[in-house]
Amino acid sequence: MKLLVCVSKTPDTTTKISFANNDTEFNTQGVQYIMNPYDEWYALVRALELKEAAGGTVTTINVGPAANDTVIRKGLAIGADDAIRVDAPENCSTYYVAKQIAEQAKAGGYDVVFFGKETIDYNGAQIGAMVAEMLDMPFISYATKMDVAGNTATISRDIEGGQEVVEVDTPFAISAAKGLAEQRIPNMRGIMMAKRKPLNVVPPVDVTEKVSVASYALPPAKKECHYIDAEDMDKLVELLHSEAKVI
Amino acid sequence: MILVYTSSPEGQLKKSAFEAVTYGYKAAQAMGTEVVALTIGNVDNAGVLGQYGASKVLNAAGADSFDSGVHAAVIAKVAEQVGASVVVMPDDSTGKSLLGRVAVRLDAGAVSGVKSLPDTSAGFAVKKNVFSGKAIVDFNISSDKKVLSIAGNTFPPEVVGGDVAVEAAGVDVPASRVRVKEVNTVKGTVPLPEAELVVSAGRGMKDPGNWGIIDELAGHLGATTACSRPVADVGWRPHHEHVGQTGVAIRPNLYIAIGISGAIQHLAGVNQSKTIVVINKDPEAPFFKAADYGIVGDLFEVVPRLNEAIKKFKAAN
Repeated sequence: MKLLVCVSKTPDTTTKISFANNDTEFNTQGVQYIMNPYDEWYALVRALELKEAAGGTVTTINVGPAANDTVIRKGLAIGADDAIRVDAPENCSTYYVAKQIAEQAKAGGYDVVFFGKETIDYNGAQIGAMVAEMLDMPFISYATKMDVAGNTATISRDIEGGQEVVEVDTPFAISAAKGLAEQRIPNMRGIMMAKRKPLNVVPPVDVTEKVSVASYALPPAKKECHYIDAEDMDKLVELLHSEAKVI
Repeated sequence: MILVYTSSPEGQLKKSAFEAVTYGYKAAQAMGTEVVALTIGNVDNAGVLGQYGASKVLNAAGADSFDSGVHAAVIAKVAEQVGASVVVMPDDSTGKSLLGRVAVRLDAGAVSGVKSLPDTSAGFAVKKNVFSGKAIVDFNISSDKKVLSIAGNTFPPEVVGGDVAVEAAGVDVPASRVRVKEVNTVKGTVPLPEAELVVSAGRGMKDPGNWGIIDELAGHLGATTACSRPVADVGWRPHHEHVGQTGVAIRPNLYIAIGISGAIQHLAGVNQSKTIVVINKDPEAPFFKAADYGIVGDLFEVVPRLNEAIKKFKAAN
């Protein structure tokens, strides 16, 4: 099978968030970037497992500037065969990114297009659905288990308070949640081989932006924790009722 | 016109549907227009959406199981039919699979997890939380059409009228390419993403056999139970209870964290809760920094005491 995995670059979870340019930009000074965990741990690894079981190729695609190559090389080190980077500026909209992926995916004729369930920066969960629509493919989101037999996949997906099991034929798009695979740490051999694997940089297609960031803000500061004597749980109940008004 | 799509898992409208119609109604009031609600498939009692402000309720029959491709096609057709400039849906698992598809079909700008009514004073701007709740972005949508999904537990449902008759949407429903084999949902409890009260426990519980006091607390409060990642990973608790960055992200009114240290990955999934209570024997546990109320003590003494206090409170109120 020909598999495409969309990988995004995100600030590490522990990043201290601040803004620049009058709160209109995210301050990238000193930010550590990682591959979006859902893309790396679950989507990419499950694609590699399918290739190992049944043959085929795994290609990753990223939309962004040359600074993203570190993250892309990590994907190659974990085991992807080759990579595409659509050369685009930092911080383009979800629609822009989806359009670039769809253009490349159309040309590549992939059987399955993988996404993480969302990125941990903008938490949008939009790009998978957008690309699926642009490619006219079924889209199975929040997948926690995926088995493939021939051209048919059986997939479990998270829904509110449970799971749904669906069957779908290739080609289709899927977004990965926890459970789909186990994280893999690249080994030294993988890291060395990644340097020689193809990373193809392609130009973007023109897109008219529909959504833009007007400004960023920090959430209102949390007030100090109110400590309550461990002996006095009547006090806690009283505060939850009359002060917090939640019970 | 504002079109609100209301998801209806297993034919039932849930709180998220009423919240979305309430949002649509408030936005419509501000924009001087009306709300049409759309349900897809067999839905019990859809006319009730009129109570939350829908002037018309449409139903598209013939798509009983969920396929994002089919549902997006129906929503887009109905949006064109009723001349909707804004399409609203809940930010649940259904909405998250649909938002991007509907946006592409309508050539619309989309924002997911919206937490503010549209500001139309200069264009069309909405706010959403980003970086797992560590920042808020104000997005401008510049396209003629807009598609929004509404953050759960943010716009409480408000009754403003009575039931309305349900009309057929009159659109063709394309054939599905997704075959739903099984739907397994936990019955009898409110699913975590919709829960207003959540009681959550972690490694401090020491053994899966100790969860009785947690279940008792949840029972007294009518709360849903949750857990931290380590205890889900070792199989002490079911996977669907895991809240945090890789699990379910929640924003209940009350989150009680028991024996959970509060790693940043856990906080990312729960820090949008309105009130947080932390019970931990370690006064240095990082969770206390995110807590509204903190109790430093042995959970095996504190939780039974809390259970007694709540029982007493419930009996008196």
